[in-house]
Amino acid sequence: MLTALIALGVLAALIGLLLGYAAIRFHVDSDPVVDQIDALLPQTQCGQCTYAGCRPYAEAIAAGEADINQCPPGGDATIQALADLLGKDPKPLNPEHGEHTEKTVVIIDEQVCIGCTLCIQACPVDAIVGAAKQMHTVIRSECTGCDLCIPPCPVECIHIVALQPTIRNWVWPLPADTAAGDLQHG
Amino acid sequence: MAESATSFSRPAVESFERLYTFHGGLKLPGHREVTAKQPIQSAGVPAMLVLPLLQHIGEPAKSLVQPGDTVYKGQLIARQSGAISANLHASSSGTVIAIEERPVAHPSGLQAPCIIIETDGLDRYRDEPAAALDYSRMQPGELCDHIREAGIVGLGGAGFPTQVKLACSERSRIELLLINAVECEPYIACDNRLMQEHATEVIEGVRILQRAVQPDSCIIAIEDGMAAAEEALRSALATGNETGIRVTRVPEIYPSGGERQLIKVLTGSEVPSQGFPADIGIICQNVGTAAAVYNAVIKRQPLLSRIVTVTGDGIAEPQNFATLIGTPVSHLVACAGGYTQDVERLLIGGPMMGYAVSHDDIPVSKTINCILAVSHEEMPAPPPAQPCIRCGKCTVVCPADLLPQQLYWYAHSNNLDAAQDYNLFDCIECGCCAYVCPSHIPLVQYYRHAKTEIWAREKQTMASDHARQRHEARLSRLDRIKQEREARMAKKKQALSSDGGRSDMKKAAIQAALERVKRKKQQADMTPKNVDNLTPEQQRLIAAADKRRQHKDDTE
Repeated sequence: MLTALIALGVLAALIGLLLGYAAIRFHVDSDPVVDQIDALLPQTQCGQCTYAGCRPYAEAIAAGEADINQCPPGGDATIQALADLLGKDPKPLNPEHGEHTEKTVVIIDEQVCIGCTLCIQACPVDAIVGAAKQMHTVIRSECTGCDLCIPPCPVECIHIVALQPTIRNWVWPLPADTAAGDLQHG
Repeated sequence: MAESATSFSRPAVESFERLYTFHGGLKLPGHREVTAKQPIQSAGVPAMLVLPLLQHIGEPAKSLVQPGDTVYKGQLIARQSGAISANLHASSSGTVIAIEERPVAHPSGLQAPCIIIETDGLDRYRDEPAAALDYSRMQPGELCDHIREAGIVGLGGAGFPTQVKLACSERSRIELLLINAVECEPYIACDNRLMQEHATEVIEGVRILQRAVQPDSCIIAIEDGMAAAEEALRSALATGNETGIRVTRVPEIYPSGGERQLIKVLTGSEVPSQGFPADIGIICQNVGTAAAVYNAVIKRQPLLSRIVTVTGDGIAEPQNFATLIGTPVSHLVACAGGYTQDVERLLIGGPMMGYAVSHDDIPVSKTINCILAVSHEEMPAPPPAQPCIRCGKCTVVCPADLLPQQLYWYAHSNNLDAAQDYNLFDCIECGCCAYVCPSHIPLVQYYRHAKTEIWAREKQTMASDHARQRHEARLSRLDRIKQEREARMAKKKQALSSDGGRSDMKKAAIQAALERVKRKKQQADMTPKNVDNLTPEQQRLIAAADKRRQHKDDTE
């Protein structure tokens, strides 16, 4: 009886030590959920979600303070991705925060710009170059289309332009067939 | 033909005695009766050449010329940018009149940057062509450089820069160099005519490629129906030195001309999913590319022209044309006698993989092998699509061994991850599935949509990662500036307060001095002198002065 107890006790201690060692040796830093949410957000940094950027919004979602349908630039695709990640039901975009539009960029009318630098201070991704009393311009490839530079401009020289498709980013349209939707995927 | 079901083990590549089959495929009517017999005609020099900067897979070339420049035939007018890109040369002499966006051969119908040359009709070179290179003494790397300079891309249709493919031989041993002379689709006869009329050049080009790749063996694969081409190739082989080039006929089953399918037929091996033939020691080149390599190394001419089949019931005189790159399609159609009354649709490429264009004001690029103008009887517009009935016919014919109906479901519902799980990117868009579909579902378009959508999303993800990086960089910069300012302020404050201590000491010193003076004044002998025997007037003045002093002391 005693032998059995001792044997079991020793075994338990050994296995416990082994497990404890394994927990330290093979410790995996699980990807924090904030990073995972942040990776799905479009990084426009526009603040339409009412948070100060994509990362603060991701933190708010992770903390349960914000809903997943507050990101107009991401639209339904982002909501779907967030729903998949967090195991929630997708829901339509909350219209309070704006409407989903195709990606745009801004251009500065360089004839009108007075070089006030206010837009440079507003740009979250440093996509505007210029200096005080010098003409400013937008680096188109860096512009996220957040439109944050537009309100501060005192002379209204910043305009939104849609991105035209080129043969390099053109997407084949889905065929316009209605019948195909009749059968359910089985 | 042997069945492939028993041929999973890899055969000895050296033998190639037997042929294998790939899964699926279709027996299609050839429609080549007319064009395969028509000799290659020159399409001449059109009045205008439109040369797109992007005629290949990869990055567009960068223009080296300005509007107004005079260019000669063969002059480099745009240089490759990046590793996967290709040079572009003026295909005839003339003047550059513009560098601007023009409609190009693309299913989107969109415009793309082009160099537009108004030709002078002289078709002149600047210099005499250089002497032919003795390729048998050259290193593979040198040959690749010459091929790169000549701007050669795969002329079979995909347009992959040739030097990039050849460079694979530097990384891994190449067992087999496969020259693909199997016409990819019905109607097309340009490779067939090229071999019949220029067999010597083709064979010489293959020998150059052999030198560049150093394969263990080399096969030129042709179709069963190409007896004349086979004869021409064999007689060309008989005249030269024996270099171990084999000519093999493969059955006419669409799409035997597909790279992966041809490799399967000849070797029984399969190219790994999303891999390259080089992964299993094979490099595949189109026969037209071999001829272009001959031109580059022996004739010292860059890629300036290609052979294009102009055919279909909508064309008055279907023919094959040696066409300068940049020739407008309308010019080619005019050379072929114009359209007939029956013409209904204009396709770029063959009937299976080609795409419709809405007008013919587009240039021939390096990858266009066929211009097909079809009548209504020849190729009626497909009836409206019906629901998928899960008959499985598409699965039977799929030469890539995929599950087309699953891909269709996932592409249709935009479930792109699932589509990728079902190996969407192994689809070669051959169109067999859509051809046999009893519900007339335009399946290939769903796959094309899904593929381009996935690429678009990948680009978007890359762009948002980039934006995140820039945003974080900005935040950390602002934070750093703030901290630096705070540090500066704190330092100043400290400096001020220590300075204040010093000034207190000064004040104290001044105070002490003042008090010393005061004390001295008090201690000093203040008794007035010479005050004896004063007149009353003097006494009155002294009293007044004392009073004033007293008053002054009080106010101080």
